[in-house]
Amino acid sequence: MKNLLDKFLKMDRRYIFFLVALGVIIPLIVPIGLPVDITKPVKDVYDAIDSLPEGSYVIISLDYDPATIPELDPMAYAILRHCFRKNLKVITMTLLPAGPGVAEMATKTCAKLENKKYGEDYVFLGYKVGVSAVILGIGEDIRIPFPQDYYGTSIDDLPMMKGYKNYDDTEIVITISGTNVPASWVAYAHQRYHVNVASGVTAVMAADFYPYLQTGQMVGLIGGLKGAAEYEKLVGVPGKAFVGMDAQSIIHSLIIILIIIGNIAYFIVRKSKKEGVG
Amino acid sequence: MKRELPLFICALMGITMIIQYFIPHPYSIKFYQTVIGWFIIIMTFAFVLGIMSIARVHWNKVSRKQKDWFYSLVALISLSVTLFVGFAFGIERGKPFMLIFEYIQVPMESTMFSLLAFYIASAAFRTFRARTFEATLLLIAAVIVMLGRVPIGYMISSKIPAISGWILDIPNLAAKRGIMIGVGLGSISMGLKIILGVERSWLGTIGGE
Amino acid sequence: MRLIWSLVFILMVLTVGSALCTDETPSPPATIVVSDKGSDDGSKLRVEWSPSPDEKSTNPVLRVERYRIMRREIGGQFEEVEEVFVGEGMEKGRYIYIDSNLQLGKRYIYRVYSVSEKDVVSKGYAGGSSVPVANLFNVERLNVLIFIVAFAGLFIYFYRRAKGGVELYVRPIAGLSAVDEAIGRATEMGKPILYISGLSTVDDISTIAAITILGRVARRVAEHETKLIVPNYDPVVMLVEQEVVKQAYLEAGHPDAYSDDIVFYITTRQFSYVAAVDGIMVREKPAANFFMGYYFAESLILAETGAATGAIQIAGTDAVTQLPFFITACDYTLIGEELYAASAYLSKDPLQLGTLKAQDYMKLAIAVIMGIGIITATFGLNWFQRLFVAR
Repeated sequence: MKNLLDKFLKMDRRYIFFLVALGVIIPLIVPIGLPVDITKPVKDVYDAIDSLPEGSYVIISLDYDPATIPELDPMAYAILRHCFRKNLKVITMTLLPAGPGVAEMATKTCAKLENKKYGEDYVFLGYKVGVSAVILGIGEDIRIPFPQDYYGTSIDDLPMMKGYKNYDDTEIVITISGTNVPASWVAYAHQRYHVNVASGVTAVMAADFYPYLQTGQMVGLIGGLKGAAEYEKLVGVPGKAFVGMDAQSIIHSLIIILIIIGNIAYFIVRKSKKEGVG
Repeated sequence: MKRELPLFICALMGITMIIQYFIPHPYSIKFYQTVIGWFIIIMTFAFVLGIMSIARVHWNKVSRKQKDWFYSLVALISLSVTLFVGFAFGIERGKPFMLIFEYIQVPMESTMFSLLAFYIASAAFRTFRARTFEATLLLIAAVIVMLGRVPIGYMISSKIPAISGWILDIPNLAAKRGIMIGVGLGSISMGLKIILGVERSWLGTIGGE
Repeated sequence: MRLIWSLVFILMVLTVGSALCTDETPSPPATIVVSDKGSDDGSKLRVEWSPSPDEKSTNPVLRVERYRIMRREIGGQFEEVEEVFVGEGMEKGRYIYIDSNLQLGKRYIYRVYSVSEKDVVSKGYAGGSSVPVANLFNVERLNVLIFIVAFAGLFIYFYRRAKGGVELYVRPIAGLSAVDEAIGRATEMGKPILYISGLSTVDDISTIAAITILGRVARRVAEHETKLIVPNYDPVVMLVEQEVVKQAYLEAGHPDAYSDDIVFYITTRQFSYVAAVDGIMVREKPAANFFMGYYFAESLILAETGAATGAIQIAGTDAVTQLPFFITACDYTLIGEELYAASAYLSKDPLQLGTLKAQDYMKLAIAVIMGIGIITATFGLNWFQRLFVAR
């Protein structure tokens, strides 16, 4: 028994990889449909957008690159679709050099799904270098960092941008990022220009932004795939995050089971060794 | 002179930028923006040197047919082809450069990122042992937070997400803030040491020699 | 009798009529002061006014709901700048509005009107003008200056004490004590040592700390004639590290053993870099891995791959989110500022140890200030916290 447990403790990690692979693939093929509970930070973001009157301007900064697409795309899509359904005027942009492709794809896909027209319902400004400089520039006049949109059209030639100047005309800024960029949005856009800021971040980064939630510097926070699944449920657009929750639940449970069995085996082996020595 | 000049420039620019932080005058801001501009230019030139470095390393491996030289050949060919198509056809969407990025690089990067799922499982199994009191505490907190972040935790008990949230909001945040304060002070100390010339390792010398 | 009733009727009509056809408007603010904001680049003015007496009026026609701020330049027309609602932006019983995006040296004229709930605008206004001035010192950052001076003072004090020969105690750090063990192990096994200085740029303090440790590791590696592999994420960092390692080999007396291939650049793409380093680990099978500097999500991929190859691993990072992964997968981890302390620890240089002491005393001071802050905040004395707000 002791030898068996010892072997188990030293087992080739590829067996674990195999179990993880099964744990991810099976729920994606055969969905379980586990219920998703809604947490307050995510609900706060939803309520902040839902309470906006039609025609309100929102800035959505998609500050992530292809590596974090699996975790951040679902929340980006859910938020974009929510804004479009509320008939808000959506301005999308990115502060990451590798972001334009991802941001453009998300914007255009959601606009198409919600039958929105470019230039009238939404605009995509693309990427500009210098995180703080861009955020501060928008505070004065969006035409300072973005005289044109991503496609080279002058801002003033876009119907929905007539009459829009800066954060004073903006109801909320939503930043979706796998980096520390949301901290810059809070520091410059919220602190200096008093515009509401909400964030969607990866699960690992979410813990870093709880202080901003506590102090009220962020109106809400969507953390990781679970947060994205919650938002999809609120908006009524179950997508990749919702489906991913089953897989994530299985994997988390698998890890916990492995840890528990590993600890039991460890204590039994340690006890036998002590008895053997004694 | 080889060491004195860089030390002097470092001290001068360091003290100047500290003073600049306290001067809101437009001339001060213009100076700051100029320095940032210089920095970007220097970084860009350094990229050229970086490409030369990687090309030389892999070329040496290929030409000397050292172990695994084939991988170096693949690296060199990839570098050359990407550079060529970027310069020849541009980098707009739909051009070969972006096709390489979207259909080769992006999937490969996502694949590497996805390794985390497997490695977290194997690392957790290998190392999460209740050897000491602290390790046990870590173990219990990790289990609660893992369950709290997925629907299955809520199904087991509605209290689990709440406790998980408390762990993240209170003890986790307190520890993080403590570390961040220490890191902040360490950064200031390191910065002062570099500006005052106490720390000279960045010059290629070791420990102020 | 009829005459009296007629007179009463006419009087009533006149009274009611005058009330209905009233020309009353809310009272404007009594006083206004327009001045340069101060501590800025000359693009802001401060408009300060007293509340209108009609803020608490019972008549909704007169009860002030908001204030309308109008502005014009010399020779220009008045334009509305902002509307400030009652109660917003008040300090010590007066309204404060900061008008920004102005031109340095130009005179701006302001008028503040009261506007009632029924959108009736006051006939009168409070008016003032001023010229924005660029300032040479940002008073709002005085607290930062005091902190820097205090810290620099402590720094210099302990520096001089150490220079004067006073021995300063520093607690042992396991990760740094294990550096020699790791290098010795690699030498015995005849396997290389892998050193990574993080995925950040040279202006990051943690990268500089990593470069410092590399210098010392490289010297010991050169003395033992072990192979060193230093793949880089950033080309500027690569250039600096080449100089550091070259110098280390020179000082160890083995200049011929150095080659530029020891320190090389891979790529500035996160996961491409990780893939390359993982490949090096699997092919070269280093006996010791050093992960020093700033890391992102790739930290566990690096550490776990290294663990799979059986290497002894020492990590050090100030990336708080990645610490749990390194602690789990590595044999030793330097947490946060321990990475910065490594330079002092490895050199045992009294001057460097002196700076560590300064840090520790500053931390103590911060802890005391936080304690005072908690007590004052509990009793609602918020002025203490405001002393530490950074703008």
